Amino acid sequence: MAFTLYTLIQTAILCTNAIAVLHEERFLSKIGWGADQGVGGFGDDPGVKAQILNLVRSVRTVMRVPLIIVNSACIVLLMLFG
Amino acid sequence: MDYTAAQSGFRQQPNMRLRNSSVDGPDGSQLFDDTSAAGPGAQGVYRNQQAGPQAAGLPGQSFLSDPMSNLAMVYGSSLASQGREMVDKNLDRFIPISKLKYYFAVDTVYVGKKLGILVFPYMHESWEVCYQQDIPVAPRFDVNAPDLYIPTMGFITYILVAGLALGTQDRFSPELLGVQASSALVWLIMEVLVVLLSLYLVTVNTDLTTIDLLAFSGYKYVGMIVGVVAGLLFGKTAYYLSLLWCCAAIFVFMIRTLRLKLLSEAAAEGKLVRGARNQLRMYLTMSIAAAQPIFMYWLTYHLIR
Repeated sequence: MAFTLYTLIQTAILCTNAIAVLHEERFLSKIGWGADQGVGGFGDDPGVKAQILNLVRSVRTVMRVPLIIVNSACIVLLMLFG
Repeated sequence: MDYTAAQSGFRQQPNMRLRNSSVDGPDGSQLFDDTSAAGPGAQGVYRNQQAGPQAAGLPGQSFLSDPMSNLAMVYGSSLASQGREMVDKNLDRFIPISKLKYYFAVDTVYVGKKLGILVFPYMHESWEVCYQQDIPVAPRFDVNAPDLYIPTMGFITYILVAGLALGTQDRFSPELLGVQASSALVWLIMEVLVVLLSLYLVTVNTDLTTIDLLAFSGYKYVGMIVGVVAGLLFGKTAYYLSLLWCCAAIFVFMIRTLRLKLLSEAAAEGKLVRGARNQLRMYLTMSIAAAQPIFMYWLTYHLIR
């Protein structure tokens, strides 16, 4: 129960890493979550699945470079300070 | 310092410098009472009082009466105020201070009524927020508007009450206060993030801002405090009973408040609107409201043994 703000940051980094490692061709297309399979309904009701696919794709695009930096910093800090 | 008798007793002095940049509501419904008529005089009094005690505190020193050091002191204080203005301006870019001020524009009557509604929402009839030319009215004038004063005070009081509860069981140590505070804060942040995520996924077009969600999530601390205090005073049965009552009250409060903001017009009035989207929104409202009692129990059960 003793959560700290540091655990929150750790959780955020782990979750973002988990989303970023999903591979487009090898995995997402196989289960029907590919980039081209989300855009079904135009109009004002994208639906939950399309929103999730959008979110996954944008996280993978946007967070790739910052995640490299943050992960490297985490590795260095954990090696130095345990 | 100059304590002007404002209507709500709000101390105006520190806000003088920011007055021009703050968002005042439309005429007749300003966020804070305007005492700028006493502005320049009060500021001069403030600065004189700042320089005065310094000069009087060192009576035997002659270097303070030296005009050069006087000049240096005045220059230093003007530099400090310039620096402060720059910091304020830059801080406003990251944390919207003027928007935050809206949420703290409360007075005693509002706080009393809101606390009453939080504990007993069954008699309250109209739950709609009043608008004035598309700007939501300050919480002082509308009891349904969300504010940040009650959640902040509730959070701090919850930490203190938790420390008190732990102390009566001989489990207290000063670090535990920090642990409780960060735990509760983390749960709050996670709850707000999850609610934001689910609002994004369900594509609800709503005018709920993040700070509104923070305010609504913070209202449960009132119920938690009531439960823990009852448990401390009267024992475990009283804790469970009062927690049950407060959980039901918060559930009803959240449903009635969120219903107007999340559901479409027709559904909010109680008519049955079919359609997958409305059903999804209904489930979303129910789950947000149901999460509150769960958190209330989770954050307090370890305090009452």
